[in-house]
Amino acid sequence: METLMAFVVGVLYATAIYMILRRSIVKLVIGLVLLSNAANLLLFTSAGMTRGAPPLVPQGATVPAGVVADPLAQALILTAIVIGFGVLAFAVVLIRRAYEVVQADDMNQMKDTDT
Amino acid sequence: MNMQSLILRTAGQFILPLLLLFSLFLLLRGHNEPGGGFIAGLVAASAVSLHLFAMDTAAARRILLAAPRDLIGWGLTLGVVSAVPSIFLGEPFFTSIWFELTLPVLGTLKLGTPLFFDVGVYMVVVGSVLTIVLNLAEEH
Amino acid sequence: MLLAVLSGFLIAALAPALYRLTPRFAAPLLALLPAALFIWFAQLLPQISAGGSLRISHAWIPGLSINLSFLVDGLSLLFALLISGIGTFIILFAGRYLGGHRDLPRLMVLLLCFMAAMLGLVLSDNLISLFVFWELTSITSYLLIGFNHEDAKARAAALQGLFVTVGGGLALMTGLIMLGLIGGSFELSELLDQRDALQAHPLFVPMLLLILAGAFTKSAQFPFHFWLPNAMAAPTPVSAYLHSATMVKAGVYLLARLQPALGDNSLWLTLLGLTGAVTMLLGIYLASRSTGIKQLLAYSTVMALGTLTMLIGLGTDKALAAMIAFLVAHSLYKGALFMIAGVLDYSTGSKDFLTVRGMARRMPITTLTAILAALSLAGVLPLFGFIAKEMMLESVLHAPRLAKVLTVFAFLAATLGVTAALVIGVRPWFGAPLPTQKPFRQAPAALLAGPVVLTLLSLMFGLFPAWPEATLLAAAASASAGHAVTPGMALWHGVNTPLLMSLGALVLGALLFARWASWRRLTQATETLALRVGPERLYVVLMDGLVRFSAWQTRVLQNGYLRYYLITTLMTMTALVWTAAGLNHGSFTFHLTLSDIAPHEFVIAGTLAAAAIAAALTSERLGAVAALGAIGFTVALTYVLFSAPDLGITQVLVETLTVILLVLVLFRLPGFLTLSSRPVRLFDALVGLIVGGTFTVLLLAVTATRYYHSISSYFIEHSVPDGFGRNIVNVILVDFRALDTLGEIAVLALAAIGVFAMIKLRAEDHR
Repeated sequence: METLMAFVVGVLYATAIYMILRRSIVKLVIGLVLLSNAANLLLFTSAGMTRGAPPLVPQGATVPAGVVADPLAQALILTAIVIGFGVLAFAVVLIRRAYEVVQADDMNQMKDTDT
Repeated sequence: MNMQSLILRTAGQFILPLLLLFSLFLLLRGHNEPGGGFIAGLVAASAVSLHLFAMDTAAARRILLAAPRDLIGWGLTLGVVSAVPSIFLGEPFFTSIWFELTLPVLGTLKLGTPLFFDVGVYMVVVGSVLTIVLNLAEEH
Repeated sequence: MLLAVLSGFLIAALAPALYRLTPRFAAPLLALLPAALFIWFAQLLPQISAGGSLRISHAWIPGLSINLSFLVDGLSLLFALLISGIGTFIILFAGRYLGGHRDLPRLMVLLLCFMAAMLGLVLSDNLISLFVFWELTSITSYLLIGFNHEDAKARAAALQGLFVTVGGGLALMTGLIMLGLIGGSFELSELLDQRDALQAHPLFVPMLLLILAGAFTKSAQFPFHFWLPNAMAAPTPVSAYLHSATMVKAGVYLLARLQPALGDNSLWLTLLGLTGAVTMLLGIYLASRSTGIKQLLAYSTVMALGTLTMLIGLGTDKALAAMIAFLVAHSLYKGALFMIAGVLDYSTGSKDFLTVRGMARRMPITTLTAILAALSLAGVLPLFGFIAKEMMLESVLHAPRLAKVLTVFAFLAATLGVTAALVIGVRPWFGAPLPTQKPFRQAPAALLAGPVVLTLLSLMFGLFPAWPEATLLAAAASASAGHAVTPGMALWHGVNTPLLMSLGALVLGALLFARWASWRRLTQATETLALRVGPERLYVVLMDGLVRFSAWQTRVLQNGYLRYYLITTLMTMTALVWTAAGLNHGSFTFHLTLSDIAPHEFVIAGTLAAAAIAAALTSERLGAVAALGAIGFTVALTYVLFSAPDLGITQVLVETLTVILLVLVLFRLPGFLTLSSRPVRLFDALVGLIVGGTFTVLLLAVTATRYYHSISSYFIEHSVPDGFGRNIVNVILVDFRALDTLGEIAVLALAAIGVFAMIKLRAEDHR
């Protein structure tokens, strides 16, 4: 599965970067969401993908029975998902504020109005 | 932002308490089963957001006991405070401390600083998401 | 001992409060600290003069073998006494000289901090802590030179001093680290007796050059001498303290300290000997033609520093004894002369020899002090300066190498020294009085105490040299030589070559002084030449070039187009990845296999890819948002299928909230626009493909290769026994890695507060 996911992650990155290079700011937002998903999946895949063995310890046991999925990567991604939401909200509101002030949604026109 | 949908409003009255209870359930069991402060916080925030769409922002604010921004502050404080007790026991910062409470009916209850920390996470997540959503909704 | 060093910093923090409490007595109270330190150091004298030493060590960063360790031996004790002793008078002096100045408390804070840093520097036994204190003196000196920060010239001078000394400091740090690594220890006391091992090392020469660069810049050796006279923009007490008695001697101290380990080879001798000699002659030459009082004193300080460096370079017992004597003599007379310049300024408002004359009648004590101090500078019987000069000439005559050249330099310097001394000892005091710049006022005792005491010491040491020698100077010279040295200081050695040379210099110097105006006119040409091609000009050209370069690169790199920033960053990263991969191509393996994939998993992967492409290609906002939703939920499904229930739940919830967010905000923004031309779009697609492809290849390599065992097994095994939780992901989040989580929820909180601020605070800035 890792082989296939590697290509999916590649596609996600390629589209995300294509979108954040656009001049229309709304497309930039779309690119950010894609990028965040791409990064999470990259991390998830690189830790190895295991089917049907969540990192939970059965009741009464001290260690899980057999091999389980990597819990560390999951812990990292869990916070990354939530933070990704916070950052997205921040970016979206920032962009809208910039749009209101500059009255343009072309990134090239936002290049020197920050003074 | 009021959708004025009768069905949503009526359903919301029943779903909201259930969802909030469910979020507390997720928070408390999170140490042993899927759940925890992040997930429970998101569930609670979603529940209040749903209420926001069903009713209005004032109603949504009434549900919360505190302003969402205060929740952020209290949550962060709780997170930091739960790191402190270990210092007094000569352990490194953030070492978890556990103790057992024996309750008459329920049996023994195991409490520890990580649990308080998770409650802090819960409060920060609820507070942050609702600060964002409520303020954006109130703007219109 | 730690307290002795750190008390300066502690008391400095109290200085402003003290000034608020009792502005009148603040300075005398603050002066108690250096005085107490002086007494504390003085009571160590018997132990040190008996050949003992004192070492105290506190672990600071033990993992990097960085300790706060202090060593008191003859050399460091001598410096410590000078620093605390002169410091006492300077604090008193500054309190009166700048009495009522708005920023006086700040000056006191800085002076005390500087004193503490300087004490730390000379007492440090650890190379790294020595360097830390070294840089602290540079920084406090920067702030002190720029004390009158409203004056552009002072700011420029401060910056120049900072650039030169900190630039040298950078070299010094490298050199000291190399020294520590070569010698296998960062403790000076352990390094000093492994001379042979150090000097046999192949990296000895670069290390030596780096350390010398640090010492030369700090001690204003040619060609770095130019910052010192410019530093005279500082208030006079600061100049008296930093730029005569203490800070500039830090470089000399370091050289003297390291002499036993690094000295006694031809490179050391040639470099230090010649640099010192050139600095000495250049300094006194420039001094002899200065008309500014502080200017003259600054240049004569350059001369003294050059002399000290030259003597350390010679490295013979005689030269080192002369070095110690010269150091003490110079600190005494130069501290006194600087304070006299301050007194003169205080009383008459004049800072220039051309505008003040005939003050002897009105300022008899000052005049007498000035004459005595100037005599010490000139090296005239019976002052301590004479002994120092005789010893200097004697050791130059017997230099192991370059004796003839150095003797000529020393003789010329002595001659010009006499001229300079006469300028300061005669010009302002005798002759027909000129009207003063501002109404004359008599200097109070607090201003005169310093110069009088220091000059009396000069006289006393001159008359009874055996006393300071036995108490400390012999021990100091021994510490610098690395073995016991008997200087044999005496006022009268009989008629010998040095005495004859001194006499010759006296006569020639006096003649030159008689023709001072013509001498200055005659040598005018050198000044114009120096302005055009001198080292300071080089500094200016270098700095201008740096500014132009950064302006250019800002224009090119900070162009304001997000696209170009991103493309630059991404392409650089990709290039680095492929370079690294190319260098290590043998160590990558790939296991490409599709046979383990169930049919529904192909569907999931296909959906993800298709939705991503759709999101990128659609021309409708709504279409893109729908595609994002599809991606979000498919990713959630992936998490659930591959053993991550927590992630699945989180992703679904966040996806829901994202939709709410986009409904609230995104649809109030303009729709999609196609702004770029087709070639640009194709180019961007190519960039995306390159980066995406790189990630694919990297991910394939990463999943097929495991260099290290995953640390997850620790979490898996300890989750229940230590964390009392069966959900390992949650135990990691709230227990094992709780500090990370705390940071992450803080980021979330910041994002929320940022959103709040942008929405709520707009009303005010529209108004």
